[in-house]
Amino acid sequence: MNRFAFLLDRLAYEPRRNAKVRLIADYFRETPDPERGWALAALTGALSFRHAKPGMIRALIMERTDPVLFGLSYDYVGDLAETVALMWPGEPRANRVPPLSEIVEGLTSTAKLDLPRRLATWLDALDEVGRWALLKLITGSLRIGASARLAKTAVAALGDHKPDEIELVWPGLEPPYEDLFAWVEGRGEKPSALDPAPFRPPMLAHPLEDADYRAFDPADFVAEWKWDGIRVQASAGRDEDGRHVARLWSRSGEDVSGAFPDLIEALTFDAAIDGELLVLRDGRVQSFNVLQQRLNRKSVTPKLISEFPVHIRAYDLLVEGEEDLREKPFMERRARLEAFIARESNPRVDLSPIVPFADWDELAAARLDPAAAGAGDSAAVEGLMVKRRDAPYVVGRPKGLWFKWKHDPMTVDAVLMYAQRGHGKRSSFYSDYTFGLWTEDDAGPQLVPVGKAYFGFTDEELVELDRFVRKHTINRFGPVREVSHTEDLGLVLEVAFEGVARSARHKSGVAMRFPRVARIRWDKPPHEADRLETLEALIDVRGAARVS
Amino acid sequence: MRPEDLLCPSPKGLYCPPADLHIDPLRPVERALVTHGHADHARPGNAAVMATPETLAIMAARYGEAFCATRQPAAYGEVHDVGGGVKASFHPAGHVLGAAQILLEWKGFRAVVSGDYKRAHDPTAATFEVVPCDLFITEATFGLPVFRHPDAAGEVAKLLDSVELFPDRAHLVGAYTLGKAQRLMKLLREAGWDRPIHLHGAMERVTETYRALGVDLGETIRVMAADRKALAGAIVLCPPSALRELWARKFPDPVTVAASGWMRVRARARQKGVELPLVVSDHADWDELRQTILDTGAEEIWVTHGEEDALVHWCGAAGLKARPLRLVGYGDEGEAEETPAEEASGE
Repeated sequence: MNRFAFLLDRLAYEPRRNAKVRLIADYFRETPDPERGWALAALTGALSFRHAKPGMIRALIMERTDPVLFGLSYDYVGDLAETVALMWPGEPRANRVPPLSEIVEGLTSTAKLDLPRRLATWLDALDEVGRWALLKLITGSLRIGASARLAKTAVAALGDHKPDEIELVWPGLEPPYEDLFAWVEGRGEKPSALDPAPFRPPMLAHPLEDADYRAFDPADFVAEWKWDGIRVQASAGRDEDGRHVARLWSRSGEDVSGAFPDLIEALTFDAAIDGELLVLRDGRVQSFNVLQQRLNRKSVTPKLISEFPVHIRAYDLLVEGEEDLREKPFMERRARLEAFIARESNPRVDLSPIVPFADWDELAAARLDPAAAGAGDSAAVEGLMVKRRDAPYVVGRPKGLWFKWKHDPMTVDAVLMYAQRGHGKRSSFYSDYTFGLWTEDDAGPQLVPVGKAYFGFTDEELVELDRFVRKHTINRFGPVREVSHTEDLGLVLEVAFEGVARSARHKSGVAMRFPRVARIRWDKPPHEADRLETLEALIDVRGAARVS
Repeated sequence: MRPEDLLCPSPKGLYCPPADLHIDPLRPVERALVTHGHADHARPGNAAVMATPETLAIMAARYGEAFCATRQPAAYGEVHDVGGGVKASFHPAGHVLGAAQILLEWKGFRAVVSGDYKRAHDPTAATFEVVPCDLFITEATFGLPVFRHPDAAGEVAKLLDSVELFPDRAHLVGAYTLGKAQRLMKLLREAGWDRPIHLHGAMERVTETYRALGVDLGETIRVMAADRKALAGAIVLCPPSALRELWARKFPDPVTVAASGWMRVRARARQKGVELPLVVSDHADWDELRQTILDTGAEEIWVTHGEEDALVHWCGAAGLKARPLRLVGYGDEGEAEETPAEEASGE
């Protein structure tokens, strides 16, 4: 366990991706089976323990510390596992430090009633770093800046393999992955259980504004709408027994099929499509908010399915039958996609149209008025995608091939009212800001909270904001501080957002979508901030009913 | 009498009405007693200053000889009549060179202002002494049970291990200019590091003052801009702020190291882009704070700058009368090791 804890600790502080891969690969090289396999399972999020949950950790520490002191400490550190690891009363004992495999085995097989005692014994035997690693393992969120992809890249680096090859055999594997290690180290056969509907890491775009696009030749590019839904990959094929398998993958490789049984049923083809998940009613794209009501539901009821019918609007064809198209230029894939969609005539899958343009000005006009340029409804799109005609489908975010050209955000100048401590990297900093706009009532001008923002600022600005909050606190409510917000003393934040809609759930009667701090207006006195009416006037400008 | 008759918080800092003087005043006053040389406690512009000879020397080095009109040295243990029937004496606080706790005695009542203190080993500062008292005014920079500082020698060993592991990289160690830097130099010497230690320009003056006061720190070399590329395998000490500046990027593949009690909390270290955090603090940790409160035998505890709430709660549970003294201006609410004024004053 110590070696694994040491690895996690090093990874947590190592900012460079390549160095992380090297650290993990070194660990795999030096650590025998099955220890390293369990570590790989932990790094890829493949472990979950039925009985060991954060609640159990909380109960253990509560038996050993004063609850008020625990509360203050947790509030300060912002991370349960770390707080407990640091607070755990140090009782040096002769306990043997257990190997990772023994801990995994223990967490899996120990009866629920016996587990707290077993866990406490391990915590007693470990030091701060070891306790932290163990508790991270249990809470299931390592948050050490090492993704599953990174761990698989490190496995690939053990032999002469590409990370994608690992990705393709991955779905058929089980921890502790002895067959996988044997294969990459040249000691065994390639694991055969090929997934007929695997995830293929997607190609991503850069913001067009970051490129000197006016210098590009428009004839080299095509444009299409960036639909305001969720980017997905629909992957389907037949397994060795001839059984048809279909899966829906999120952009980050999460299998989200379970939430969309109606859509999965409709994926009868043998191909992989890159597209946007949308709710369509009578052919009309519904707002992102409507789509959200379909997500994150514990149970998918027939009512939910019929009220929120999901569709895929296809952008790209990655694989057709046995043929991998990803090396081919975009226009060739596009022709294959158009033919494929036409042939399938699947009511759940349609084609995202090309937006014609002769020059950049014409495209800029389409971006400003998508409805007039053929998007049907301006609220349905987030902007445009601009792609090189000859671009192959490259994993990751390659330079110069795909660009996204989003709407300009709307902004208001709002006054900071409350601040709350953040979590993770931001814990111990006041990084979540509730802001308000002016209204008038009998008592005079009043600020009414309209939203919350917790990003958009740099690390340096965070330090300044945190200092402002600490110096101008007028009230404390647990982790929340009320900050001075009179007409003359307070801080104005320029808040950017993507849309605003009426909301019965908010006191202000409006809700903003995706608000973030665009600028800190140190120069502006609070009484010059915007009024609520200014925000209300934006409700119909773009995306009416995007948020409710 | 009430303790408040002898000492009370005021906008200018802790005030002693019978003697008409302030301790560690935040704004210029007529008469100041200063616990130690850090910029949030020792400020220029007071008319008369009483402090240990070491603290006076440090203030003169940082602010210039004109930092006050008249100064009165008070060696550890000497008792001085400061007027109004009040007697003042200075006692080692173990925080940095010259750091003192200030004992005020009046009508048989004893109040100790701790300033900043620690009880862990520090070869550059006089060892903390317990001063029995009725009222103990304690700092609480690390007043949470998550702060338990490990042995500093072990942390320095981590730095030396890393230097051995990466001989081609420069190790840039962010450390507070006054105190932490010199303690690290001495700890490195104790650990057997006999090569020169390279210093950011901002650290030279205080380091020279330490030498002049008799602290042997071995050979140090000021980092010249042109030399940075040649410092592979070197240990370079700099103010924490310099780690984020352009200055830090010209070293060969630098390893970003920081030595501070805050490094115990991962988010703090990550937020600052630290790759090798060393938990080395010049403040008392949670265990030391509690032990010290009990050792003084004080019946009343006032808790200032830092995490007051937790320590006040603990005192209550231990049957001690305690209250937070919400003085503003010290250590920027617990960030005593990173006060911008302090870093700026060293540049």
